[in-house]
Amino acid sequence: MQFTDEQITRYSRHILLPEVGGKGQKKIAQAKILIVGAGGLGSPAAYYLAAAGVGTLGLIDGDVVDLSNLQRQVIHHTADVGRPKVVSAKEKIAAINPDVAVVTHEERLTAANALKIIGQYDLVIDGVDNFPAKFLINDACFFAEKPLVHGGILRFDGRVTTIIPKKSACYRCVFKTPPPPGLVASCQEAGVIGVLAGIIGTIQATEALKLVLGIGQPLTNRLLDFDARKTALREIKVRRNPNCPLCGESPTITELFEHEAEICAVRT
Amino acid sequence: MQVKINGKPEEVQGTTVSAILKAKNIDPHMVAVELNDQMVDRAHLDHAMVKDGDRLEFLFYMGGGR
Repeated sequence: MQFTDEQITRYSRHILLPEVGGKGQKKIAQAKILIVGAGGLGSPAAYYLAAAGVGTLGLIDGDVVDLSNLQRQVIHHTADVGRPKVVSAKEKIAAINPDVAVVTHEERLTAANALKIIGQYDLVIDGVDNFPAKFLINDACFFAEKPLVHGGILRFDGRVTTIIPKKSACYRCVFKTPPPPGLVASCQEAGVIGVLAGIIGTIQATEALKLVLGIGQPLTNRLLDFDARKTALREIKVRRNPNCPLCGESPTITELFEHEAEICAVRT
Repeated sequence: MQVKINGKPEEVQGTTVSAILKAKNIDPHMVAVELNDQMVDRAHLDHAMVKDGDRLEFLFYMGGGR
């Protein structure tokens, strides 16, 4: 592929970087990245990956924009309330960068469709808001052998980690199973400071670009925890767990399944 | 004895991971536990012995994203 003069200008600040250059920018232009969840984490990830010139961005989300989303899901505007999130996000991406091909999947990721959808992409960004979906994404990326950039936010805390299936610790190596429904806040009752979505989602986009470019050290075998109250980052070393039910020595999970949906209420 | 919990030195009572969790009022179902960089299976928390100078990580679930 050849870049046009306009594209060379658009991506000039990337091309100037020795670690990227024209060659790296081509890798970005050929990359296919799936963002699961066009919400808090998905918004900044989609914005920056689109601006960066990622060739194909997939968006999967079955929800419509709600007024309460706008405090953090910055890809959706006030006029988008009631519209499908993937449609709203696709329009913003097209406005930022017409070079990006956006594939919308207006549905929920399920055990039935996950492998087929994920199989079409090079890597996956987790931007979902519940544990059953986070475990499903982790498992699907393992079976499809696709790198996964995991993210989570809650109240004033955020976490990011990168998972290279069969090479680095997966989500189940650390958290074997979802917490019992209702025990851990993950739904709307808990609240979240909106900017956290921007911070964590942008780190996820950084990880995705590094993986595409093959530069730097990926955030593998490390959990990066961010505390917005202290403005402090902490890194927790993790490693592959031989007892992991998915990628351990004697796995008990041999096919995709969905954990029981959470009851969206925090037990007190 | 003194152990490091989530990077911070703390005086703790008890010699097993479960006892420390209980003393800190943390439901074991809410965390993944790492003792000196090794994951401790939730079923083995009662038997996981902790000694002076050990490093514990209580990793809370963080589920949001939307």
